Amino acid sequence: MRAQRVTALVTKELKKLVREPANLFMALIFPIVMTVAFGAAFGGLGSGSMDATYTVGIVDLDASANPVWAEAFREGISDTGVLIVREYGENETAHADLLQGKINAFVILPEDFGDSVDSFLAHPADPALWINSTLGLAVDQGSMIIGAVVPPLIQQVLAVTLFGEQALTLALPLSIAAPTQVTSSHLSQFDYMAPGLFAFSAIFITMLVAQAFSTEREQGLLRRISMTPTSSSEVIVSQVISNMITGATQTAIVYLFSGLMGFRSQATVAGIAYAFVIILFLVLCNVGFGLITASLVKSSGAATGLSFLFILPQMFLGTFVPNTGGIGRFVPSYYVTDALTSLFLRGAPLSSPVILMDLLVVAVVGVVTMVVGIVVFQRFGGD
Amino acid sequence: MLPQSTGQAISIKNLVKRYEDVTAVDDLSFSVEAGEVFGLLGPNGAGKSTTINILSGLLEPTSGSATVMGFDVQKEPGKVKERIGVCPQEPAFFPYLTGKENVELMGNLQDMPKEKLRERTDWLLDQVGLGEASSRRAGKYSGGMVRRTSLAMALVHDPELAFLDEPTVGLDPQSRRATWGLIEDLKGRGRTVILTTHYIEEAEALSDRVGIIDHGRLIALDTPQALMEEHGAENLEEVFIKLTGRKIREEV
Repeated sequence: MRAQRVTALVTKELKKLVREPANLFMALIFPIVMTVAFGAAFGGLGSGSMDATYTVGIVDLDASANPVWAEAFREGISDTGVLIVREYGENETAHADLLQGKINAFVILPEDFGDSVDSFLAHPADPALWINSTLGLAVDQGSMIIGAVVPPLIQQVLAVTLFGEQALTLALPLSIAAPTQVTSSHLSQFDYMAPGLFAFSAIFITMLVAQAFSTEREQGLLRRISMTPTSSSEVIVSQVISNMITGATQTAIVYLFSGLMGFRSQATVAGIAYAFVIILFLVLCNVGFGLITASLVKSSGAATGLSFLFILPQMFLGTFVPNTGGIGRFVPSYYVTDALTSLFLRGAPLSSPVILMDLLVVAVVGVVTMVVGIVVFQRFGGD
Repeated sequence: MLPQSTGQAISIKNLVKRYEDVTAVDDLSFSVEAGEVFGLLGPNGAGKSTTINILSGLLEPTSGSATVMGFDVQKEPGKVKERIGVCPQEPAFFPYLTGKENVELMGNLQDMPKEKLRERTDWLLDQVGLGEASSRRAGKYSGGMVRRTSLAMALVHDPELAFLDEPTVGLDPQSRRATWGLIEDLKGRGRTVILTTHYIEEAEALSDRVGIIDHGRLIALDTPQALMEEHGAENLEEVFIKLTGRKIREEV
């Protein structure tokens, strides 16, 4: 493997990308158009900077003689400025609204809520005389932000209800974490779609690779290269590198333009780096699909058509198209979108097992697809 | 390690290439001396391009053996490809690259040092009359310019052995003369050239020896003068017609 040859071939591929309008459109212009169009259609352009609010349901089952504590708790929730209260008379309706996304969480005040507070205030130093009770809490698992923010806020409100405004400054036997002040975008439809746009752009690399190989074969250029000492592995490595550069550029472009269209990523710098890595593995996978496509057909026109056999399933089952169900797990783009959704939308840490598993799956599928692509191309795809 | 020089640039022994029921090369045997310009002539479909493709490591023969610059084309194709330059019959070039970039790409694929590559590219493009057009995209070139670019791509690394398959088809007289000049330059520096052409007078003017093949078989091999004398002909074209007949052939 000679670096000079690989570099020359990578440079050639990148020049082709920039100089041939069809390639330039598909690789770089198309992701921009898609991101801007989706952002305009589904985003909250210009309205995405307001502070976050979360709607919390309160199921008030308190049957205590003194209802003032339940009322104080409700007011405390409203006073946070972050939580909006919606009241429910029974558990089932609140649960249904949570499932439908109408509220982000709900709290169930037990029948003896007021009595429990009264018992504490009457005998603060004697726990044996307290009436112990438990508040029910249900939180939308679809958002790690809500899961991280809402429970501490509710705990804080509960503490203020029990101990008064000085609750956070007094030395208390209870440990209450100070809630994090979160400034976040209101999540628009575009926010939910944006992670899928990253994978969406990369899957079209299948078509670029299939066209590149079949066109160069038609024009006798692969044969011309094979008249030199250049090996087929050097040709394929140069394709992988040039398409990885393309994929990284696409990722940067989608990130930039989705941000301009109102998408507020929760990812850290490390999270963004992770996003590039997992997309590069998706690129590897799609280079493999492109090689397989180019091996199965003899003309560039047929290659374009056949490449959609790999593009469409990845597009509809693994990008921004919602509700793919379990079948999405059969396409690599699903795992990229899943990981990027966790990173960008939920602010998940890199150590999250789900994110690591997504990367592992895409990496393994990428390597396997690439190996199969090379074998198939060397056997059937040459002149 | 280089093998011991045999003085032969090419040695072919009982070479056969069959495609299902078609025998493109049929028990071909001949050799070409180093430094020789060898004209490989034959009607359409005679087996010239197949022979060149085998010698340049692109095709595997059905049987027989061939060495190029002392290396077996089947066992050591990489070493063969480092020493040869091939100008294919159909010009193959990258249309989105400029003429200069096309030539430099081939030099880079041959691992040429950068400075030498730059000098050689500029010199070659001037020689083939593309100096001023070298920064234009090759996709915008005329047919003649493309063919000259293809020739420069084949010769950029100054190969020890050049296979030139119909290098002057479609060229105007000036370009054709420039191509002849390049071939003479190669010969003057001891390079070996295998020239296939349908312009018989071109082969007569440039070749030290000529081999005529038909139906994959070698039917004549000698200097142009000796062939003319042997067949009582005034020129090499008469010899060619006498040996291969007047029937028009199609490519197989």
